[in-house]
Order: sequence, then structure tokens, then C-alpha cells
Amino acid sequence: MEEILKHNELSIEKSRPGRRGVRFETTQKHAADYLPAAYLRRQKPNLPELSEFDTVRHFTRLSQLNYSLDAQFYPLGSCTMKYNPKAYDVLSVLPGFANAHPFAPQSAVQGTLKALYELQEGLKAITGLAAFTLQPAAGAHGELTGILTVRAYHDSRKDWDRTEVIVPDTAHGTNPATANMAGYTVVNIKSGADGCVDLQTLQAALSHKTAAVMLTVPNTVGLFEKNIRQIAEMVHKAGALLYMDGANFNALIGLAKPADFGVDVMHLNLHKTFAAPHGGGGPGSGPVGAAAHVAKFLPKPFVVCENGVYRLEADRAESIGKMKAFYGNAAVCLRGLCYLKQFDGKTLKTIAEKAILNANYVRAKLKGKFNAFFDTNCMHECVLSIDPHVMNGVHTSDVAKRLLDYGFYAPTIYFPLIVPEALMIEPTETESKEMLDAFVAALEKIYEEIQTEPDVVKAAPHTQCVERIDEVSAARQPNLRW
Amino acid sequence: MFIPHTIQDEQEMLHAIGVNSLEDLLQQIPADLRTCAFHLPQALTEQALSAHLRELASQNKSLKNFIGAGCYEHFIPAAVPALSSRGEFLTAYTPYQAEASQGTLQTIYEFQSCICALFDMDVATASHYDGATALAEAVLAAHRVTGLREIIISPLLHPHYQEVLKTYTQHSGVTLTYAKATAQGTLDVEALKMQVSDQTACVVLPNPNFLGYIEQAEAVSQIAHSCGALLVAVVNPISLGVLQTPGAYQADFAVAEGQVLGNPMNFGGPGLGILTAKKAYMRQLPGRMVGIAKDKQGRRAFVLTLQAREQHIRREKAASNICSNEAICALNAVIYLTLLGPQGLQEVAELNVERAHKLAEQIGQVSGFHVQQDSPFFNEFVVTCPRPAAEVIEKMAAKGFAAGYDLGENRLLVCATEMCTEADIKAYAQALGEI
Repeated sequence: MEEILKHNELSIEKSRPGRRGVRFETTQKHAADYLPAAYLRRQKPNLPELSEFDTVRHFTRLSQLNYSLDAQFYPLGSCTMKYNPKAYDVLSVLPGFANAHPFAPQSAVQGTLKALYELQEGLKAITGLAAFTLQPAAGAHGELTGILTVRAYHDSRKDWDRTEVIVPDTAHGTNPATANMAGYTVVNIKSGADGCVDLQTLQAALSHKTAAVMLTVPNTVGLFEKNIRQIAEMVHKAGALLYMDGANFNALIGLAKPADFGVDVMHLNLHKTFAAPHGGGGPGSGPVGAAAHVAKFLPKPFVVCENGVYRLEADRAESIGKMKAFYGNAAVCLRGLCYLKQFDGKTLKTIAEKAILNANYVRAKLKGKFNAFFDTNCMHECVLSIDPHVMNGVHTSDVAKRLLDYGFYAPTIYFPLIVPEALMIEPTETESKEMLDAFVAALEKIYEEIQTEPDVVKAAPHTQCVERIDEVSAARQPNLRW
Repeated sequence: MFIPHTIQDEQEMLHAIGVNSLEDLLQQIPADLRTCAFHLPQALTEQALSAHLRELASQNKSLKNFIGAGCYEHFIPAAVPALSSRGEFLTAYTPYQAEASQGTLQTIYEFQSCICALFDMDVATASHYDGATALAEAVLAAHRVTGLREIIISPLLHPHYQEVLKTYTQHSGVTLTYAKATAQGTLDVEALKMQVSDQTACVVLPNPNFLGYIEQAEAVSQIAHSCGALLVAVVNPISLGVLQTPGAYQADFAVAEGQVLGNPMNFGGPGLGILTAKKAYMRQLPGRMVGIAKDKQGRRAFVLTLQAREQHIRREKAASNICSNEAICALNAVIYLTLLGPQGLQEVAELNVERAHKLAEQIGQVSGFHVQQDSPFFNEFVVTCPRPAAEVIEKMAAKGFAAGYDLGENRLLVCATEMCTEADIKAYAQALGEI
């Protein structure tokens, strides 16, 4: 059918001179009456001119071009796309919270400070760590905070020789980039045949130069580092600290405490484990926790409570300083607090248990058609590997695109890098058995198509508003704006 | 509560996996690590949770706000949150599968376009955590571009930005040097001339500066460029409705806190880090960018592009470790800018100028209070009080006003946006006279 309504017209293409979506009170005078002419803008910006209704249609229509967790199963490995409860959408932006100015007198923001304090204490309780800062705005921001904290710890001991950070090859790409940003040399180590850190390889890499080992637990192939305690001992014996990337904490929440593993510093992602929505890429929140001997180096300020009065404590001489303006992504922290409040010591572990159950169920059901790279029980996600040689030349990216046609968002693909043609599936605990069965059925159907009509799979997707996009074409002569 | 499994589901699933119990699946974690107890308060129902959060929110006092200092209260049209809170936007992930994420991708492209138009700059990223971290990234990019280490910073940069810059750059090899300020609350341009050299990577110029005053940006730009240094401007996006743009005064990088564009204050977070640059530095910018590509049919489509700069490809060789952006805040900003258009933006900026000048006039009439207005200002300025600012703030809070930001001693930083009506301004001045 001929397309009459263009699905992706830009707002600027819909613009008509003189149209507008909002009016303000008129001023008595103009800017030129108050300010010198040399300081003024000469030409109005080329912004779209749309009515309010045009604007509502435009963005509503755009929203409908997205796959989203509210509408589709979104099994993105490492991203923990769990249901984002609607109550938190309302409670995190109550006017009392939303209208709080970060520099308001502290007596006027006791509610926000108390909420942040409660979250801080809750995170301490579930990780066993001595202190938590809520300042980092995202997971990667938390990593940088954590590694700078590690560096401040070594510097305080005048242990200047420590210039290296060890990162296993299963780590998120942010880990090596973080270590580099903190001024460290990255030492990459290969994982063992079982997908876990090889203790001998680790031992060989550890030295008096090691500042920290950055370990993702469970790791990115979905396995728990079974030797975590020995790893911690080895790291500490070398005088280094153990940093835990807690992006995958959904597999551990309520089951085990990182402090018991020997973790010195870690970050959590409130937009993963604690059900804050991803928002198409943010805002997130990446609180960082630290054991007692490292806590004083965390960024300032901290929320403290004295005699029932909450305040921001900035007087922390050995702190690494500030990581962002103001005090953290408070609105996202409120969502994290809401989530934490809905569980207690008994029910908390059901999150991890059912996340693990769901991942293993998908792994078991797909076995024989799409196999896990490591044929063993997994934690909260399973990593499959596709061999194009036995799949009629079909690659992982093709399977991912074909899943879109069946109404599922695609799993994470080509990550972790150590797994060839990786397909990383993290269902999370909030998906029902029926949804997992439907997802498995879609993959079985795609498996059948690979045998009978592989070209259909290779040319997917066929049902989206655009067909497969040539991503390379965008980088050649970048068009990044109108 | 959010877990749908029935007992029967669980049994069937365990059977399919080939294990007898959940416990069997948990064996991967050593048993002695799984014996810990979790001491948490009793779980709340949604109803109880709602009551708890409402109680907390009510403990925040609603004061008539006259504080700016990097976080501003502006009018947010209802359509902004109504659209951005749609689940299709809110619960999507980073648009990795472009074909199923055209909505988010196009909004980011439109965001980049609106920001470039507003700033008169060539390229903008999909956003950063906040203005302070965007500045840190711009300074590090200027260091990479020039290969030079000396960063000259206006002392009138937001104190939090100064601190964040220090934290971010402490191990990068750059040195942070402060320029001088005049008694009029602006950068000392003459002193700057003596300070820049061929060792200077960039000059960081907040404009309006932290005290609210507008800088001689063209002169500063010329001084920086005359010795080969770059200019990194820190601007207020709303002010660009009337003020000269960073593009017009040849800034090489321009950054901003974009919260003012349709985002509530939220106690300062999340913010919206805006990072823009001249085209020549496009490939030096960290963070996501969306560009136009073609699909198999040759139709226009949007994708994340220039990803060869980013951590998931480059790992330790990436320009930055940044992974996420502040997509929903950027979405709020682009909806806001689309609703206002060029005319609305000019109007709201003019309202800010007018209200702030009326506030200055009113405060100037209160005995003992002196308004510093030797330099032009946008929506914020310094007031010298007859007593310590902290005391003024405390007394004004008791009268229902958030009086301003304490600059130390008797100096108070005061702001009026379009949210302060003429009646509010009169009431504020009257209250000042009574304390």
C-alpha cells in the first residue's frame, strides 16, 4: 500500500511558520532594553514550529515505533530488563520530591534526604558493605567512582607502584575503559575453559603493581565465579583490592552478600536489579559500596542522620571529591528505594531464584537447536553460540533480527567477546512461563526456517517500519542533525 | 509480587531443566556463602509504600524558590511528561536493535538537531550525565585534540563543576589553572591575555557565569584562539533564547546543564549533560550519537553511529567509559523545545531577563541590601546583605522563601525565572525588609 502518512517525518519537516505549542506571558520590555546589543542573539534558532497537538501526535507516533518492555519481551543479556512497577512512576515524582532544589535549606528537604538515607542503609544491608554512595549517575559512572576510590586508597598508603588493573576477558567493555580513565594500565587475562577466572593465570598477572582486579559476578557468560573466595584471598595477598562489577547482581540479591566474598568496592545498577526503567538509555543510577577500610575515600557528600535530622556531610578529607554536580540521580534513587521497600529478608531471594530458574529453563528448552556455549547450569542469563557453518550461513545478527518479526526484542548479541557468535539471553524473574514458552517457540520456528528458507532469516526483519539498516552508511558521511 | 510463577510453573520448569529443586540450581554459589541473613524492614504493599513515600514527600517544605546556582525551576508544559512517560519510551533499552528502536533513535536525532540549532554548534552528542561531567569530557577532548596539558578555568565556574573537573582529570596529566575575576563579577579579560600561552589546551568560560553575569565571550574567544588554545563554553540553554550563542563567538566545545529544558529539579538529579562541538572534533567526542542511515529499500532510518569511538568496541582505548546517556531527560528537552519553538524560547528567555531585573530593582529598594549590577545579567545576580547570607536564608525560609544560594559571608546569589510572578517578587522584597 502506498504510504501517505510518512512514518518518520522529522518535526522540522512538519514545521509551519507561526505555529506554536505554548505561550508565555508577554513581557513589558524586550531583552534589548535590559542588555547590551552585543550580548544578544542575532538570529532565532532553527527549531520546529508545531502546535501542541502536532507535537503530541509526533512523539506519540514515534513512541509506537519502539519495542519496549511494557509491550514486548526484552531478553537483553546483562541488561536485566525486568518489569518497572507503575507505582514508582508516580511516587518518584511526587511534587514534594520533584520540586526540591539541591541547594534548598536542608530543613526544607528532610524528606528527600531521609529517602536517600533509607536507600543507602538498605544497600548496605543487602551487600554487607560498610558504606554506600548514591552519587554515580550510571553503572559506568559507578565503576569510575569505584576505581578512583581504589586509587585514593593506594595513594593514601603511599603505595605508588600500583599502576595496573587486571580485567578478565569476560568483562564489560566499560571495565577496561574505566581503568584507563583512572590512569591505570589494563592487564587483560584469559578465562579458563570453564568460563571462570583461571587461578593460575590470575596468579601470574598479580604483582606488586596490581591496584585492583575488576570482576563481574556472576560473570558475563552467566556463571558464578566459583573460586571467588580464593580469588579475593589472592588479590588481597598481592596488596590489591577486589572490585566487583555488580551489573549482574540480580542473580545474587537475597542469596549472598558480596562482603562475604571479600569484595572491597562494588557498584550496583538501580536501573537493572532495582527495577528503575532504562528510559531508552538513561537516566540510571550506579551506587558504589565499599568495605570499611576503603569507605572514607568514597565521593562526598554523604547523607548522614543525627538525632533524627538528616544532612549532607561534605567534610570528608580523604574523599576522591565529587563525581557529578549535586548529589546523585535522586529521582532514580527514589525508584530504587520503592523497590527495596517491597521486599524483606525472606522474599528478597525470590528475585534471584526465579531469575536463575527462568534463564535455565530457556537454556534447557533450546538445547539441541541452540546450545549454550558452556553446557552447565547458569545463573540469571544463558549465553548461546551459533555456528554459521551448521546453520546454513545464518549468523547471530540474523537470528536477532528475525526475532523482531516474531514480536520479541533481540537478546544481546556478539557479547561476551570470548563466545563466538554469542546470543546472550536474560529473561529476568518477572517473565512468566508462558512468555518463555512463546520465546522458545519463536526460536524453534527460526531454527526450522534456517533449515528450509535461510534467506528469510538473513533478510530479516520484515515487519518493522524500516528494513535492515546499513549501519556503516551512517558513519561514512555522518548526518547527525538537520 | 512482580514474580508470576505458580507452584505448578516452578515444578514444570525444574522438571524441564532436569533438576529436583531450586536448591540444585543454586549449587553454583558455594553453600557457606548462602547462609547469610538479610535484616530488612517488613515488605510494604503498594498501598503502604504509597503512604510511606507520600509521607516522605510531605517532609519536604514547599518554599517559593529564588535559588538557581546551576539548577533552575522553569515551567514544564503538561505535554512534556505526558509524552516522555509513555511506556514505549520509558521501558525501552538503549537502541541497539535499530529497526525496532526507530522512535527513540529519531527523538535523539531531533534532540541533537535542536541543540545544535540552539547553540549554533555543528554536532551534539545524545547527552551525558550532567553539565559538570559533560564539561569534564569536553576538557579531556580538548586535551586530546591539542596534545596540551594546561587548562585555564574561569574562577566563576560553578563550584561543583570545579570539583568534578578536578576529580575527572586528576590522573589524566592535565593541570587546572584558574584565571582571575574582576570586582564586577566577570572574568578578568586583561589578566587572561597574560595567562594564555602556546601551552594552553583550552580556556573554560561559563557564560552566564556562576554569579549570573554575562561575559565578554567574543573577547575571551579571541584571546584563547590567538595562541592556539580552544574555547570551552559552559552555557545556560534557556539563556540562548536571547543571548549570543557559543557558535557565534566561535566556541570549540560548548556544554550545558540541560535540566532547564523541560526537566524538574529533582534535588539536582538526574541532570542532562549537553555536549556540543565544532565539526572538526566530531570523532573526538565521547558518548552516543545518532545519525541517518538507509535501510535496504533506501529509506531514511536512524542508527547509533561512529561507535568506533566507544568503550564496547575500543575497550581500554576508548575516549571515555561512558555507556548510557540521559535519554529520557533528552526526550523531555526535545519535546520542550518542539513545543516552544523559536518564538516560545525567546519569550521565556525574555521573561527571565525581565523578572530578574524587576527582582533586582525591588531588592535594591530594601534598606541595607545592595544589588551588584555593574555587569549585565540573565536571570541571576549577587546581593550583598546587611548580615550573613546564611542568616538571611534561614529567616526567609521561615517566611516561606528559598532566598538564594549562600556565597559566603554576606553575599547571596539570587535568581528569578518565569516562575516568579511580579507578586512573588514584591512579596520576596517585602519579606527581606522584615527580617
